[in-house]
Amino acid sequence: MSQQEAWAGFVGGNWEHEIDVRDFIQKNYTPYDGDESFLAGPTENTSKLWGEVMDLFQQEREHNGVLDMDTDLVSTIISHPAGYIDQPLEKIVGLQTEKPLKRALMVNGGIRMAVAACKQNGYEVDPEIVNIYTNYRKTHNAGVFDVYTPEMRACRHSHIITGLPDAYGRGRIIGDYRRVALYGVDRLIEEKKAEHAGTQKTMNEATIRHREELAEQIRALQELNQLGKIYGFDISQPAKTFQEAVQWLYFGYLAAVKEQNGAAMSIGRNSTFLDIYAERDLKNGVITEAEAQEIIDHLVMKLRMVKFARTPEYNELFSGDPQWVTESLGGMGVDGRSMVTKTAFRYLHTLENMGTSPEPNLTVLWSTRLPEAFKRYCAKISITTSSIQYENDDLMRVYHGDDYAIACCVSSMRIGKEMQFFGARANLAKCLLYAINGGRDEKTGEQVGPKFRPVEGDYLDYDDVVSKYRDMMQWLAEVYVNSLNIIHYMHDKYCYERLQMALHDEHVHRWFATGIAGLSVVADSLSAIKYAKVKVIRDETGLVTDYQVEGDFPKYGNDDDRVDQIAHDVVEVFMKYVRETDTYRNSVPTTSILTITSNVVYGNATGNTPDGRRAGEPFAPGANPMHRRDTHGAVASLASVAKLPFKDAQDGISNTFSIVPNALGKDGAVMFDELDLDALGVDIQIENPAPDCGCC
Amino acid sequence: MLRKVLRAFGAQELCSATSPPASVYHGCIQVWVEGTDVTVDTEGCARDVDVVGRVHSTESFGTVDGPGTRFVVFCQGCPMRCQYCHNPDTWEFARADGAGPGTSVTVGELLERYERNRPFYRTGGITVTGGEPMAQPDFVAALFRAAHAAPAGRIHTCLDTSAATFSAAHAERFSALLDATDMVLLDIKTSDPALHETLCGLSASHALELGDELAQRRIPTLVRHVVVPGLTDSEEECAAVGRIIGDWDNVVGLDFLPYHTLGKTKYDKLGIEYPLKGVKAMNAARAKELRQVALLARAQRRAERGK
Repeated sequence: MSQQEAWAGFVGGNWEHEIDVRDFIQKNYTPYDGDESFLAGPTENTSKLWGEVMDLFQQEREHNGVLDMDTDLVSTIISHPAGYIDQPLEKIVGLQTEKPLKRALMVNGGIRMAVAACKQNGYEVDPEIVNIYTNYRKTHNAGVFDVYTPEMRACRHSHIITGLPDAYGRGRIIGDYRRVALYGVDRLIEEKKAEHAGTQKTMNEATIRHREELAEQIRALQELNQLGKIYGFDISQPAKTFQEAVQWLYFGYLAAVKEQNGAAMSIGRNSTFLDIYAERDLKNGVITEAEAQEIIDHLVMKLRMVKFARTPEYNELFSGDPQWVTESLGGMGVDGRSMVTKTAFRYLHTLENMGTSPEPNLTVLWSTRLPEAFKRYCAKISITTSSIQYENDDLMRVYHGDDYAIACCVSSMRIGKEMQFFGARANLAKCLLYAINGGRDEKTGEQVGPKFRPVEGDYLDYDDVVSKYRDMMQWLAEVYVNSLNIIHYMHDKYCYERLQMALHDEHVHRWFATGIAGLSVVADSLSAIKYAKVKVIRDETGLVTDYQVEGDFPKYGNDDDRVDQIAHDVVEVFMKYVRETDTYRNSVPTTSILTITSNVVYGNATGNTPDGRRAGEPFAPGANPMHRRDTHGAVASLASVAKLPFKDAQDGISNTFSIVPNALGKDGAVMFDELDLDALGVDIQIENPAPDCGCC
Repeated sequence: MLRKVLRAFGAQELCSATSPPASVYHGCIQVWVEGTDVTVDTEGCARDVDVVGRVHSTESFGTVDGPGTRFVVFCQGCPMRCQYCHNPDTWEFARADGAGPGTSVTVGELLERYERNRPFYRTGGITVTGGEPMAQPDFVAALFRAAHAAPAGRIHTCLDTSAATFSAAHAERFSALLDATDMVLLDIKTSDPALHETLCGLSASHALELGDELAQRRIPTLVRHVVVPGLTDSEEECAAVGRIIGDWDNVVGLDFLPYHTLGKTKYDKLGIEYPLKGVKAMNAARAKELRQVALLARAQRRAERGK
């Protein structure tokens, strides 16, 4: 199979000469600004197959959430024979193990976590495997704990830093899986070999590591070829059809989730790319619309089945069993063309064909300039399925261009060119309490932070607290960044994402993604101290354990600059301190404000706060205002969030927004329209239609 | 003239209040209103942005009070006491000295809040509701005029009213307000004059007279009618409402709002006895059917009028 045949009909360009998927997309894609009327329903095979998967999900629930687990086979790209749901019906094939929903055994992140995940689900890992990964082959987790300082352990224990990926895969890396389809694996291996041959000649530590990583990447790509063979495909060459393109791309992703159990295993931004193949096949009569939809349905079905072995504590932290298989759809090109194609519709349509589902996490990159029909279809699917996530393309395109994708829920990066070191979160609300208490933990009284002077007197003084808070944030940022440095060093060493990094350029831009929790608690607390009077209540050891707020104060979430500016400044100042510490591999620090689910756990670990929040009470999710404190409606609430500095929180700012349908407007049966008039059989002219009426 | 100026602040009573006296200097009148210095030009009209109103609260994401997404201003104070009112916290008027419920806010401050988030209101605009906005007609007029003259672009204005203070005999007092009103949401509480007084504590004539005025002015109007079980849910009543609006060619919509009991907690909080204790929420499907009854009666009335 030659490249010429696979690429027949495509407009050529730089992408032919080097790995440049964006160039291929820009030269070949067809923007679509029509509506959803072309879409096809599920085929008989899809309905039947999906029915079988639903049965499997049902069985999984009946078995307390886990159907089966591997206990004696360590998962690699080629560890398992082919697995199917119902082979004759499947247009897209490939499972993580030989059986649907059977969870693979992944040990490189940490053998203890793998053992615990099995044990808590009633399985026991083969003692020989435990022996090997305890005594012969070190894991990421073991490496990290060899190096952690006592201070880091204390911070981890008190939960001022929480959710560190020190015992499982860090995730948040998106391989450019499209490269597998466009170029075939052999070409990618050739490129990597050339890179390996061309590295710097001085064998310093960085070069040695780089060369070893490239060698690992080449090995992973060779295994990827073998994975194709296990399922009877030769993916060493470029995909020739739409079905092959989807299959090739999925094999790339499958290899990643067979090798890594990252906290978020996102798949990228594929619809515009794949649409080029769909358009070519439709034009040449190779497939019908129903078949095109079937292929996407079957891909999405597979993505809904991605599972990892997790412990109950992990699931508690993330509220469920999420994979974050995020697929980014739509967005605008930098040349002003919309990147919405028919295949973006096909992805969303899977929610109609196979019902609603949290995975894959379909994420629309929203721009005010998206085609109207697509916006309407998104709104329609949101209303009927509540399963679409939206992100601001107009904001992110400025930083990342038009070939970025979202990892996890909000982390944006250019595909194949940027990766990130995921870094959990620092609890800034707890940090404020440490500032007040001179580094003592408000729950245990233990000296966790540095022994700075605690606040004195009965009432909190704003300037005094802010000054102490800055000192404490500076300390926290340093411990936090250093902990992450250790984690990512060890992850690269013992749990390297060979396959995902093989689907990146040789020299990638690395983000050092920190995170913060409790922002709205901090903003309101400081606002209370500044604009009301906050009295401290100490226990017998002098530890401040509670607060009395006298008077009212501006609350974050009401478009009130007095407090919104405080929230803004906290983010800015914390990031400044983060930047003051060296980061591993010269990665570029950023932060996220996005605890979508773990806000409950963070709140649970934090004592009473000066804003009146009680100990243990959940934080607001992400950058949300605290529950019920935003009293001026949704726009004011969102406006407060929108004031946070994206330049300092480039890893993402999330706002979780729920609204009852009735609060979104009248259902249409209010204004006189043709229906009303027809029903009455009377011809009525409306004489003075409202000039600016936008709802009817 | 001073009375007129003071009325512009929605503060008629101020004339007899114990505030510092107004003083005239440099061709301007300096008036002390609730602790705020307001500069008035020599024509006797305050700059619209400086006019002060008494406001209960604002809502930045109004989706049910007029077309599109709207910035909603809730006025403080209402002369009506509708038994099903779900905002009893907006009833009481502030006192002349500025004490009492609500906050004094200038037109400029309100528009500033609007402008901060203007892109959200692209298909909407500003709605003033209450309380009773027509109890502060000059304030709302100033707000609407300023909205129309907004430097960043004209803002669509919508008045949500029960017309409690309106009467045809004094229509000129509301002329400036209606001149600047793009749309009205008008409550027709009931077609039955006797019931109207027990239900709302005021005569039915106010809303009917305003309806006539709006029809004459051809201001697009959406009529709202709360359907309360046992009170305003008979077919005769709904048909009568339909006939009333059949006389007004400016009516562009009819909203039958099924009575709900969500307001009750506010009464409990305020220590006011809930007037409709024991009345169940209205069935929404039945309210829709009754709306059809009203529409049919409206169509018949219009046919009689040769429309």
